[in-house]
Amino acid sequence: MTDPAGLAVERVYREHRARLLAALVRVLGDVELAEDALQEACATALRHWTERTPDDPVAWLLTVARNSAFDRLRRAKLGREKQVAVVPIAVPEPAEMLLAVGDERLSLVFMCCHPALAEQARIALTLQAVVGLTAAQIARAFLVSEQTLAQRLVRAKRKIRDAGIRLAVPADHVLPERLSGVLAVAYLIFTHGYTADHDSADYVDLRTEAIRLGKLIATLMPDEPEALGLVALLLLHNSRGAARYTESGDIVLLADQDRGRWDRGDIAEGVGLLDRALRRGEVGPYQLQAAIAAIHAQAPTTDETDWVRIAALYGELLIVAPTPVVQLNHAVAVAMATDPDAGLALIDRIEGLDHYHLLHAAKADLLRRLGRREAAVQAYRRALELATNPSDRRFLAARIAGFEGRPNPTHHPTADQQRKGLKTTGPTDR
Amino acid sequence: MRYLMLIYNCERQPGPDDPGFEEALARVNAFADECRRRGVLVGGDPVHGEKAATTVSVRDGKTILTDGPFVETHEHLGGYYVMDCRDLDEALELAALCPFAELGAIEVRPIVYVPGVDNSPVGG
Repeated sequence: MTDPAGLAVERVYREHRARLLAALVRVLGDVELAEDALQEACATALRHWTERTPDDPVAWLLTVARNSAFDRLRRAKLGREKQVAVVPIAVPEPAEMLLAVGDERLSLVFMCCHPALAEQARIALTLQAVVGLTAAQIARAFLVSEQTLAQRLVRAKRKIRDAGIRLAVPADHVLPERLSGVLAVAYLIFTHGYTADHDSADYVDLRTEAIRLGKLIATLMPDEPEALGLVALLLLHNSRGAARYTESGDIVLLADQDRGRWDRGDIAEGVGLLDRALRRGEVGPYQLQAAIAAIHAQAPTTDETDWVRIAALYGELLIVAPTPVVQLNHAVAVAMATDPDAGLALIDRIEGLDHYHLLHAAKADLLRRLGRREAAVQAYRRALELATNPSDRRFLAARIAGFEGRPNPTHHPTADQQRKGLKTTGPTDR
Repeated sequence: MRYLMLIYNCERQPGPDDPGFEEALARVNAFADECRRRGVLVGGDPVHGEKAATTVSVRDGKTILTDGPFVETHEHLGGYYVMDCRDLDEALELAALCPFAELGAIEVRPIVYVPGVDNSPVGG
């Protein structure tokens, strides 16, 4: 768009889309209808903003969109009885009162992340309605067909309308639980960023979008340190983005990453946000994970990492998020902080992770360090059986080959790399 | 907005002569009290099992009766409530408060408002 009206509409839409959408959903109770009305208002604006842009373009768009939606509802109602002529959408006169536009983006976020929607629907809807990605972009980022994704979105929007999911920030007594659901959506969007097709024509960086979403939530909920903690965690993970893969697409484990390629800007911002969050004195799982990531980010080498502190933080994380994966990470950190035996004893106590390849990989590595070759090879074999990621599989196969004395053309284990199995134990350690 | 709450898989409820009946009754009534206090309870009852069900359809003017439920499933529909709630959040909160949620599961179905349809007991 090069005409002035087009540029003005585009600018206002880009900047205020989520606020406008939220305000319309408030009035209409229907996301699909709100989206259509907003599109129609933008199309109307293109025809009317040629002379000059209204004084309050956001309120103008909201007023026109609401008029258009009400018109459409009226036509649908009358249409059941008789054919009605389509009338042009009412455009406000300059002196007319415009609707006030509040900021209900936070309510929009909570609505999109409502636990009565399926997880995949929450993710897709948040990316579309809050972040502003198109269905095509989301489909490509999640490696699903556009049709599948469009259906997922429509189904979610209709459930919101039909089941009475309200545009609202949840009541205080359910807020902590609902907020953690919202933060989980942002975290999941970030982790999907690793699987996105980077070569696609309209590639969107889901990691950047997740950080943007996290920052929006943190800004809208300034009293929630976990929101800040999440943003800190995402920034610290993101700082390693460039060092995380080889040119051939293999995952490079934390211990082997070129720390010079870590993004210092992301690290500084993440650590700063984490400090702000921690000052609140209400620690939660995201702040603890961010604190662990911050120690890694600030350590000059693996050996100079404060493993005692990391083990202690995982211990705290175990209290607030007692999952088997956290148990495993804790065990590995304890092994690094003390000795492999201690870690092994903790791993043997974990229940419910027998089908997780990283458990066996971590166990194998500790056994290897204890000189228990037979048991180590056995554990690596089990890990290889369970691993599905090609890069993980190549790594494990190379390990087994190393034990069997077969030369491995792509892999020359050094003393430093000998420890790498330890760093493969979970998303927080990558 | 009104919601139909379908109570599933709670068939092992104590009868009036069984031990624990008084306690179960007190819990169910306490739940109904809470619903009344909020002014959301429209109605609700337990229903007999599938064995007592008869399914009716009319084809070409002929009434066809089938012994049993419309769909044979392993899930046992034991009763229902109708609640008029503020929104889905309130309906879900009440479903979670319902003592049957701990025993089986409660399916929350929004009731459709169709303009012009009059199902009121005394007529519009």
